[in-house]
Amino acid sequence: MVDVAFQGGTISVAEQVDRAKVLGRLRLGDAAFRHLTRAAAVTVLVILGGIIVSLVYGSLPAIRAFGLTFLIDETWNPVTEKFGAIAPIYGTVMTSLIAMLIAVPVGLFIALFLTELCPMWLRRPIGIAIELLAGIPSIIFGIWGLFVFAPFLQQYVQPFLIAVFGHVPVLSTLFEGPPYGIGIMTAGLILAIMVLPFITSISRDVFEAVPPVLKEAAYGLGCTTWEVVRYVVLPFTRVGVIGGVMLGLGRALGETMAVTFVIGNAHRIAGSIMAPGTTISATIANEFTEAVEDIYTSSLIELGLILFVITFIVLAFARLMLMRLNARVGA
Amino acid sequence: MVMISGASSPLYAKRRRRNVITMGLSFAATAFGLSWLVLILGVLLWNGFSGLSLAVFTEMTPPPGAAGGLLNPIMGSLVMTSIAVAIGTPLGMLAGTYMAEYGRYDKLTTVVRFINDILLSAPSIVIGLFVYEIMVARMGHFSGWAGAVSLAVIVVPVVVRTTEDMLTLVPDTLREAAASIGLPRALMITKVAYRAARAGMITGVLLAIARISGETAPLLFTALNNQFWSTDMNAPVASLPVVIFQFALSPYKDWQKLAWTGALIITLAVLALSIIARLLAAQRKSS
Repeated sequence: MVDVAFQGGTISVAEQVDRAKVLGRLRLGDAAFRHLTRAAAVTVLVILGGIIVSLVYGSLPAIRAFGLTFLIDETWNPVTEKFGAIAPIYGTVMTSLIAMLIAVPVGLFIALFLTELCPMWLRRPIGIAIELLAGIPSIIFGIWGLFVFAPFLQQYVQPFLIAVFGHVPVLSTLFEGPPYGIGIMTAGLILAIMVLPFITSISRDVFEAVPPVLKEAAYGLGCTTWEVVRYVVLPFTRVGVIGGVMLGLGRALGETMAVTFVIGNAHRIAGSIMAPGTTISATIANEFTEAVEDIYTSSLIELGLILFVITFIVLAFARLMLMRLNARVGA
Repeated sequence: MVMISGASSPLYAKRRRRNVITMGLSFAATAFGLSWLVLILGVLLWNGFSGLSLAVFTEMTPPPGAAGGLLNPIMGSLVMTSIAVAIGTPLGMLAGTYMAEYGRYDKLTTVVRFINDILLSAPSIVIGLFVYEIMVARMGHFSGWAGAVSLAVIVVPVVVRTTEDMLTLVPDTLREAAASIGLPRALMITKVAYRAARAGMITGVLLAIARISGETAPLLFTALNNQFWSTDMNAPVASLPVVIFQFALSPYKDWQKLAWTGALIITLAVLALSIIARLLAAQRKSS
């Protein structure tokens, strides 16, 4: 019978010193690795801090020059060096609004299809296809939007909208003017296609988190599928769905390339959603390399700061909502 | 008998009708969503394939009106992506390791996870502005390094997220077994936990590469663009997405054609990466 502990007791002094050395080295390596990983984790926070500090620092000249009027001024004139952000802010909000109006219901219905109706063997392929749509880079949406989607809208959809809504009060302002093809509406529609997969995949995940027993109970009472969804699934997952929608909204607000191609880059607020406009991200993408004067650059960086603050709030809210749902499912 | 009359009552008919309508809508929504994927890929293949030739991979970007290829932007993209992955992956993996192994229940981990999730969906153009401020404005010129760093900033949150998720999935019994034979924690993590989570962590890196290979916005004012062959990372470097952006918006037909071809190359690369990543993840689940 070999006793390991006993053997350990009979090793020579030299071996013991050796062993202490090895153990010491291991302990040192352990502590070093621990601190290394901790430093890496802290780096994530440093990156966020760096983004905020550098954006604030970069926009200081513009903040000093324009103050709060920057937020409400519509002028954007590089020649006279007068800058105001309200037109891009309006464009960002408007395009995202159009995108969410379309993508939220469609995304929820797809998630509903995937969790309740779709046969098992088809769920994975459709889920993967939707996620592939999410993986297509935004520049592809941009080039497609510019060469395919915008001309299509210009030729077929927009004249139709003008003809139908042109004589309806209120709506006629919304669909006014010549069909340019490019503009707020086109950008909003492309954003809708882009955020659709995000909303779908998160809604599907939260729908799947509903305990089956709740749904089975409702089916047992004789509910139709729609009633189960309406009165069991949606109430249970409400916070998660809101979180998913906000996450999609965060994407839509910050999306750059797809919008830049089709927005038209016009610094004004038009009543019609078919008119060209601009968004914060498109303005930065289009003009940053052309900006030579410091105040111009600084104004663009301040635009970036505004965008970051808006998306930060939206995304933080989204995460809090999703965390609340997780806590509930876990409990 | 009561049941049968109940089944044909107006109320029941109304409920059934509503059910059929909403289920029809969900079916239509799915068809609608998928049709965009088909439409976009179809147009891309149609327009991209006709321009695809050997010259695309062997010649430089041409001036308007001349023939040429996309060799310098392809190389630029490859080099900047590699550097970004080389910087971002270790950083992200170490951070993810801390969150899953050392500080799973820490306050720090909760905060980092929250911030990381926000960085994950933060607008990439803002990251471009950030790198512009800390690198381009300081050095006084655009450079490939700045482009690579801005891509690395995008890689980090993706890798942090997947590393943490994958390490959390590793069963604690493995860790206990390693600890019971006297392995120090650092070795337990690197020799046991990493090995168990390897497929998942590679998936994360692949997804990160897929994510950055199409990124345009952060490169616009960090790496800028370069019409010529350049291996100097200290100077402006061309990249595929930025060239697509420039060429697509130009009035020249042959530039636009090259833009489509470039778009096709990027999309195929991204789709291939995400499919491989998915296969890897599926393999891990089944084994």
